[in-house]
Amino acid sequence: MEINERLIEQIVTEVLRAMGEPAAAPPAPATAPAAAGVELVLEEKGPAGQGPADEVVIGVGPAFGTRLRKTIVDIPHAVVLRELMAGIEEEGLKPRVVRVRHTSDLGFIGHTAARLSGSGIAVGIQSRGTTLIHQRDLQPLNNLELFPQSPVLDPETYRAIGRNAARYAKGQVPEPVPVRIDQMARPKYQAKAAILHLKETELVQPGAPPVELEVSFKPLN
Amino acid sequence: MKRSRRFEVLAARPVNQDGFVVEWPEVGLIAMNSPNDPQPGIRIEQGRVVELDGKRREDFDMIDQFIADYAIDLDVAPRVMAMDSVTLARMLVDVNVPREEIVALTRGMTPAKIVEVVGHLNVVEMMMALQKMRARRTPSNQCHVTNLRDNPVLLAADAAEAAVRGFDEQETTVGVVRYAPFNALALLVGSQTGRGGVLTQCALEEATELLLGMRGLTSYAETISVYGTEQVFVDGDDTPWSKAFLASAYASRGLKMRFTSGTGSEVQMGYAEGKSMLYLETRCVMITKGAGVQGLQNGSISCIGIPGAVPSGIRAVLAENLITTMLDLEVASGNDQTFSHSDIRRTARMLMQMLPGTDFIFSGFSAVPNYDNMFAGSNFDAEDFDDYLILQRDLMVDGGLRPVREEEILAVRRRAAQALQAVFRELGLPPIEDEEVEAATYAHGSKEMPPRKVAEDLQAAQEMLRRGVTGLDVVRALAKHGYQDIAERVLNMLKQRVSGDYLQTSAIITADFRVLSAVNDPNDYRGPNTGYRLSGARWEEIKNIPQAIRPEDFDV
Repeated sequence: MEINERLIEQIVTEVLRAMGEPAAAPPAPATAPAAAGVELVLEEKGPAGQGPADEVVIGVGPAFGTRLRKTIVDIPHAVVLRELMAGIEEEGLKPRVVRVRHTSDLGFIGHTAARLSGSGIAVGIQSRGTTLIHQRDLQPLNNLELFPQSPVLDPETYRAIGRNAARYAKGQVPEPVPVRIDQMARPKYQAKAAILHLKETELVQPGAPPVELEVSFKPLN
Repeated sequence: MKRSRRFEVLAARPVNQDGFVVEWPEVGLIAMNSPNDPQPGIRIEQGRVVELDGKRREDFDMIDQFIADYAIDLDVAPRVMAMDSVTLARMLVDVNVPREEIVALTRGMTPAKIVEVVGHLNVVEMMMALQKMRARRTPSNQCHVTNLRDNPVLLAADAAEAAVRGFDEQETTVGVVRYAPFNALALLVGSQTGRGGVLTQCALEEATELLLGMRGLTSYAETISVYGTEQVFVDGDDTPWSKAFLASAYASRGLKMRFTSGTGSEVQMGYAEGKSMLYLETRCVMITKGAGVQGLQNGSISCIGIPGAVPSGIRAVLAENLITTMLDLEVASGNDQTFSHSDIRRTARMLMQMLPGTDFIFSGFSAVPNYDNMFAGSNFDAEDFDDYLILQRDLMVDGGLRPVREEEILAVRRRAAQALQAVFRELGLPPIEDEEVEAATYAHGSKEMPPRKVAEDLQAAQEMLRRGVTGLDVVRALAKHGYQDIAERVLNMLKQRVSGDYLQTSAIITADFRVLSAVNDPNDYRGPNTGYRLSGARWEEIKNIPQAIRPEDFDV
């Protein structure tokens, strides 16, 4: 893996040099560490465009799977993404993952993704794990379902969120995923959440368009 | 290392479940006095601020501009900015300096000056100042009424109980956004069943919240957020001007409203520019003043875990309440979010507002158990009612609540649930069964409620919005089904927006529909034996908790 990355980097650098451009640091595929024996590989595939009607877009925050690799309660981003995608696929729809780079605000991450989504439905997620289901036609700060407390979100909930997003995309009116609340999450986690968000926000690139991500899960040796 | 048994015991104490962090001034994770906070200063040329706290007009961000243009009295500014901040701090605490004098002086201060002045006060001095500076003479309280399943029957019963317990304002919100019209409706009917005149709101995305208000399903709004840095405003797709515009939309329809802000929100959103939480919050208070809004909810609010995690953070939270009153605004002073695992710590935090008294000591005491609180839990909840009542009695302090009898609560809960049942029937909404009324009468929380058909409710709630159901339809439904008294109260709430008296600063409405505000009930505290004093019938009410043993109980 390590060697492959370096090889790709070398080739890209050489190609760029051959084209007479300054050798900018190429976007190396990001890897997140072991998730139940699975490694998350996110490869940037250029600007994200519109997709087909049978898809649900998952919009991830600027640091997702790169600078930050697990949620506030240490669920690896590999698991989060795998569950969201599996939930969408269970309903017969196709997940597509994009990275939103111009904001770390969840409402806008979700709404940006929904506007790219062929079905108009998207899941937005911040690196700390906070998630929502969004729809193209709603106001950015509105949503279909919001899961504001990242510390209570577990893999099963992420799968259920994926499923519900797909059901909205099919024009159904599903029962909302039960909202769980831990009223003591704030005193325990809020300062930690702020630090994680500060780290994600440091990676915001004002004006940068969303990029398409190719997602693969590699089994670890 | 072999562990000390004592240290193990201490580590297991609730307070050590709380999160604490060291200061990180570079990103603004600091309560007061960041090294990056500006020094106070103002330069005025030809009736225009050209420099504010060391920043020249050409370098202003939109918040600086808004404050400079709308929130500072330029006639007063040169004089007060030249005054020593310690002198001003002492005037705040001095009972011989009247409230009006402080208000007039604060109008001429820049944000950095205000922060410097209150920075000289310790918490006892801040409480002294707050007692004098709050706008309304009579203190009051607000509650949250929500539940995990957005069950409307339970909402109505809980709203009725909360009204009887003494809350003058009630706030609800939703688990699922599309339930909002039902929540607003249930709160309206329930609160007015408990007592006429209770103000209600439904915290939502701004456009929907305004719509429900215009339809007469709510009577005030509070979740109009302002922020202390430009980037956080931009992330919310807003500016101070757009918030001011929204404020005037409420005012033009005769609806009470206040802004919301609080220490920690900017650093939580990642854009504090290295400034202290209190400095940024002071900018929020001044935006509110500049927008011409009558009041502000602050006291960190949903970000309380952040000032709560750093040194002097709870002092900063008290300071922001105080600054709000210094600018002659109504303050709904927080205490509305879970703050600590420690009962000692959450009580100490609350006493900062309860002892001096504010316009609304809590801007959401959870009138439901915290597991049902859809604002993610409050500092005090329904299980703390008796503790709070006894604190009022122990200290002879009016915290806004009253002791109640179980039978009166059961009766009013049942009546509210039945009234809502009738309204649902009349409006063609999914039926409320008798067993739901029964369950809501006796329930502590939503776990004791039979489930409703949620998808059906959601569709009916959206349909209710499309049909344009208003408060008048609710009045008609109540009257038709024999709830004449509740119908009249709801109608009276609708009339308020025509007379507009409750748009005055710090307004609440009494049971006989008299508005009590800073205009006809101004705080006249000037030291011992002045201002609001707990006495007479109200003190008798607080004294007489049902738990107290009476000598005659022992007579046979």
